[in-house]
Amino acid sequence: MARPDGIARTALAFARRHPTIAVGGALLLSMALVAAIAPWIAGDPRHMTPSDRLQAPSARYWFGTDSLGRDVFARTVHGARVSLAVGLSVAAASVAAGLAIGLVAGYYRRLDGWLMRPMDGLMAIPAILLAIALVSLNKASVGIVIAAIAVPEVPRVVRLVRAVVLTVRERPFVEAAVGSGSRGLKIVLRHILPSTVAPLIVQATYIMASAILVEAALSFLGAGVPPEIPTWGNMIASSRLFLARAPWTIFFPGACLALVILAVNLVGDGLRDRLDPRLARRM
Amino acid sequence: MAAYALRRLLSMLPVVGIVALFVFMLLHLAPGDPAAIIAGDNATPENIAQIRQRLGLDEPIWKQFLVWAASLAQGDLGRSMFWNESVATLIGQRAEPTIALACSTLVVAVAIALALGIVAAAKAGTGIDRLVMGIAVVGFSVPVFVTGYLLIFVFAIGLKWLPVQGYAPIADGVIPWLRHLVLPSAALGLAYVALIARITRATMLDVLAEDYMRTARAKGVAPVPMLLRHALKNAAVPIVTVIGIGVALLIGGVVITETVFNIPGIGRLVVDAISRRDYPIIQGVIILFSGVYVLLNLLVDLSYALFDPRIRY
Repeated sequence: MARPDGIARTALAFARRHPTIAVGGALLLSMALVAAIAPWIAGDPRHMTPSDRLQAPSARYWFGTDSLGRDVFARTVHGARVSLAVGLSVAAASVAAGLAIGLVAGYYRRLDGWLMRPMDGLMAIPAILLAIALVSLNKASVGIVIAAIAVPEVPRVVRLVRAVVLTVRERPFVEAAVGSGSRGLKIVLRHILPSTVAPLIVQATYIMASAILVEAALSFLGAGVPPEIPTWGNMIASSRLFLARAPWTIFFPGACLALVILAVNLVGDGLRDRLDPRLARRM
Repeated sequence: MAAYALRRLLSMLPVVGIVALFVFMLLHLAPGDPAAIIAGDNATPENIAQIRQRLGLDEPIWKQFLVWAASLAQGDLGRSMFWNESVATLIGQRAEPTIALACSTLVVAVAIALALGIVAAAKAGTGIDRLVMGIAVVGFSVPVFVTGYLLIFVFAIGLKWLPVQGYAPIADGVIPWLRHLVLPSAALGLAYVALIARITRATMLDVLAEDYMRTARAKGVAPVPMLLRHALKNAAVPIVTVIGIGVALLIGGVVITETVFNIPGIGRLVVDAISRRDYPIIQGVIILFSGVYVLLNLLVDLSYALFDPRIRY
């Protein structure tokens, strides 16, 4: 019996020391859990019951029904899956691409200009518009949406990684590695890469928050995943004419969306305070 | 200063050129025939052949790019087949609501954010500080359209203080114009306020810890002039930088806000183009908005000299 008690105490001590990570993390984990077991706890999000249109929240329909008589609770719970999956995939994809480009640009100085000018150009394009263009040129699919949101995030990761590489490469331990005969790729991977990990974890969290937001915005504007997949963005879009009569159709997906983004941002702020004290002081 | 401004203006050209190259490649790397994409869904084979001819799609790709970029440089943003009108004209017709929305949001949001950030820094560590920073974290997390519908529900449908949606041209009177702008600007500005309030507080805290601030306090400068003239001026450069970077947030937000509030601006033009697959409009607006963003950030760079006389060009 002593062990679980010890774990509980450690968890409590951690929560006290890093309240933002604990609160954000707990919120995020519970959302992820609900999303994972969605098919078992909620009904069919596509099933329409025409006789039950625009019902207010009740014991039968916890979040009410929308204009087609679909269960808002089932749709909201299933919508969490798209949001979280897109958020995680975009963070992983843009960090991987940005890390590779940033390491090369920072270490191989001759390639720097060739890699960074396109990044400057890409950064000047408003992310939502670039994503709209990418989605409208291709068939709507979850993969295209992930790519369309990830591409505009890449230059921000590249800049961060490049800045870290430029400071680290002048440090004595890198010089020592060069002096003792290590070659380019080994120096980058063994001696420089580890310094980028902490800032990248923080950056990845913020990218996830912004990816969830952009995904919802794209779905809302009709440039997101195929409309038959329920997402918080297309739920709000399809209910917007019923705001006065059935505010719950917009309120519940909207509140979930804000809550998930808030949770991810809280985790990001907490991680930044913990991993990157220099940055933490600035914000 | 003028020489520097000119030099910076010229250094923008490669960035704008790269934006154009990206947009061009986007169309040509997409699956499908570029001529058919530009023609849109309702095009006849003759339309497509005509576009193919006009764009020189049978020429080598680098030549196509140069021809396209040259016409772009002359202000030709292409032609929308759906409207049968040049994209530049369509944008011009819808510019007023967008400019009004963006400018009113920018001015009001910056004013509110500066006030919140300064108060939070001056009262650092107190309940006021924590409240302001809490609002900033939440404000940065709520999407524009969620805020927008919440504001409509409370202030337009519930309290009936303001119009639900739409836009009133300024030519039809200033009061209705302002009444239609209040809610959209509030929804659009929230995230921007949060962003700027955070950086204002952080920079002000740095400046307030400086020796010259202690000197100012010691010689008896009153608190408000001290915060504004001594502290804010020294904190200005990072704050202005973030105001410039944050404009990207506003530009993306305009597209969504205009949809929520049914404002007939450039953002609506793009959103309507999505379902019609009217690619020339999307392409034209991307180039325009990217250009505005780059230009604004150039102005931000030039403004540093106003705040810090040590910076000379």
